[in-house]
Amino acid sequence: MRQRRHTWQTILTTTALATAAAIGLTGCGGTGAGTKASASAAAFEGKGPINYVSSRDSSGAANKSIEEWNAAHPDEKVTFIELPDSADQQRQQLIQNAQIKSDTFSVLNLDVVWNSEFAANKWVLPLPADAVPTDKMIPATVDAATYRDNLVGAPYYTDGALFYFRQDLLTAAGIAAPPKTWDEMKDACTKILALPEAAGMSCYTGQFDKNEALTVNFSEAVASAGGTVVDADGKPTVDTPEAREGLSLLVDGFKEGLFPSDAITYLEEQGRRAFQDGKVVFLRNWPFLYSSLSATDGSSKVAGKFGVTSIPGVDGTGVSTLGGRNLAVSPFTPNKATALEFIKFFTSEEQAKKRLELSSRAPAYADLYEDPAVVAKRPFFPTLLESLQNAQPRPKVVQYGTTTKAIQEEAYAALTGEKDTDAALGAMQAKLEEITAK
Amino acid sequence: MTGTATLHRRPAKPPAGHGPPSPGRTPGEGRMAALLLSPTLLVLALVIAYPLISAIHQSLYRAQSGLDADGYVTEGEAFVGLANYADLLAGESGQRFLNAFGNTTFFTVTTVLLETILGLALALAMNRAFKGRSFLRASILVPWAVPTAVSGLLWRWIFQSDGIANSLLGSEILWTAEGTASKLAVIIAEVWKTAPFIGLLVLAGMQIIPGEVYEAAKIDGAGWWRQLGSITLPLVKPTLLVAVLFRMLDALRMFDLPFVLIGPGKESVETLSMLAWDESNQLRYGSASAFAVVLFLYVAAVAIVFVKVLGADVTGARQLGAKRKARAADTTEKTGATR
Repeated sequence: MRQRRHTWQTILTTTALATAAAIGLTGCGGTGAGTKASASAAAFEGKGPINYVSSRDSSGAANKSIEEWNAAHPDEKVTFIELPDSADQQRQQLIQNAQIKSDTFSVLNLDVVWNSEFAANKWVLPLPADAVPTDKMIPATVDAATYRDNLVGAPYYTDGALFYFRQDLLTAAGIAAPPKTWDEMKDACTKILALPEAAGMSCYTGQFDKNEALTVNFSEAVASAGGTVVDADGKPTVDTPEAREGLSLLVDGFKEGLFPSDAITYLEEQGRRAFQDGKVVFLRNWPFLYSSLSATDGSSKVAGKFGVTSIPGVDGTGVSTLGGRNLAVSPFTPNKATALEFIKFFTSEEQAKKRLELSSRAPAYADLYEDPAVVAKRPFFPTLLESLQNAQPRPKVVQYGTTTKAIQEEAYAALTGEKDTDAALGAMQAKLEEITAK
Repeated sequence: MTGTATLHRRPAKPPAGHGPPSPGRTPGEGRMAALLLSPTLLVLALVIAYPLISAIHQSLYRAQSGLDADGYVTEGEAFVGLANYADLLAGESGQRFLNAFGNTTFFTVTTVLLETILGLALALAMNRAFKGRSFLRASILVPWAVPTAVSGLLWRWIFQSDGIANSLLGSEILWTAEGTASKLAVIIAEVWKTAPFIGLLVLAGMQIIPGEVYEAAKIDGAGWWRQLGSITLPLVKPTLLVAVLFRMLDALRMFDLPFVLIGPGKESVETLSMLAWDESNQLRYGSASAFAVVLFLYVAAVAIVFVKVLGADVTGARQLGAKRKARAADTTEKTGATR
């Protein structure tokens, strides 16, 4: 009897998981009997109010677009449903709603890496081919919104890597142009680190903590060496010489002291601080850093002293991985026609340009990057466009969660020296083959 | 459920809550009791029994997913018996499980041990009469009042590579990377947060020890250490055992601190709860439930061993029994002191 009191407490510990399990059970029971809908013939019918489910937009730009839509469509109002900041939690909520076929979520804001998973599970509808002006968009963003030749999302905003460099130190060392390859970068570092003003600095850093950011940095290193993580047919290819060369760039970077010794704990924020405090000469990071690095209120030691270019590769410019978000229509919403119209409106070039007033999120439309008014406000946009034109999506696989986990696991083991490069890549290949074989 | 029923009846009629029903009870009384208790039982069945049974049921199934020719997921749930449990012992998932099991046990043993020592010391310090005692008591509670996720963030900040821990120690330890240092970081943060819990519970136990006992000991010439060993510790033992038991059950479920402080997916600090979370996040509800059920059984086993072997008196049953006996024998009132 006394025992029951303890188990009582412990039962509560399992309750949360059990509830999740119960939800999963109800969801899966239904999908087994699902009919095989033809991919392109999904009918977009039904008009009425809908919900737009998205991560927070602190700039307020998305809200402004929605207000404009609501003013013009009083009978088809869009409500903004905010999800938690953590991407994992967003994905979990979106999936749970799809599994119980809830009609609460109508238009979904999906990270590009979830695209395949949602499309393959029929948690989003394939869009008509003419839904968005794909010919005006950056090809990589359209590719990231496509699953097996069907467009399943409308590119909302995108993201690519930038290579930040210390212009003042390059000039002091007499180097005319920023490095385009890893070898050039190493040479530049040898010269720069010999300068008295660069004493104690390290050459380069990316993000190497065991996190999604490591998958990004690893994929970029492999692609920059001419390899792929997963090829066009969905087969893993990390046992190739190119992948080996890519990972070796990072492993050797740690071994040779090219990176700061604590870079293995770096995420985006730590990398920003290292660059901003003058600890590294070169930095791979996302564009959102640009404004805090150029802050002239004294918080940044490098304001006015740095420049941006594309990330370095092995034989030439490197290949950036692609970030960003797509909008997709849930198959469980009754008002699909409204949802489609809203997506068309929201991701139109006109709205994208309006949002640029408030938000620095990079639009999918290529010509906005060359618009003089935009460039005046965001000087890094032309460089970012170059990076995006060349960008590759991260592995497009249905089971992205386990895939990125396997990549992080093995790449991290190689970087910390726990495994040698070949063993890590061999194990990664085996794990990825097992995942994609299912 | 009868156990729960008696548990809930106890506050109203304490002495009748244990052993066979008292002879004076009529059948009508029993029916009335059942009727009054039924709403409680219904709620308990809904929030405890159902999820538990559902989790066990789920752990016997596995999602069989594949892709059809058009690239769509074909999904179905297949009954796999105990295969999800068998996987815990073999192969890669087995390794992860054993690692997480080891971490959970390691963290529980080390943190609870350190917390107990530190908590006792805190209680001893707070039990003395000195100026500013109430201020000290209040300030000691602060770590306990901070939400775990927030304290995880605070410690992450302290332990980052250019953080205050490294600059105070003059070291370059990578606390948040894989390795022994990350284990140490979790232990430090956990002990900081929960030692006050033990401290305060033990303090409450110390304050009911009558002052005369110490006076008598002093007259007999017992020193501070002798008083501690022969009076304080034996008399706070029941309270201490309950505090330690609660802490152990809590530590076995450790999730948020390593998750926030070190990060998900780091083998050095991955606990069973984190593993179950990760599996359910990958939509493998079957194995996630299996992990959760194993964790539940582990926690239950620890609790049983603790109660049977060390005799932690969680429900206060023994004290009540002793009181009844004492009253029957019509001896001294201080039953606690005689034990």
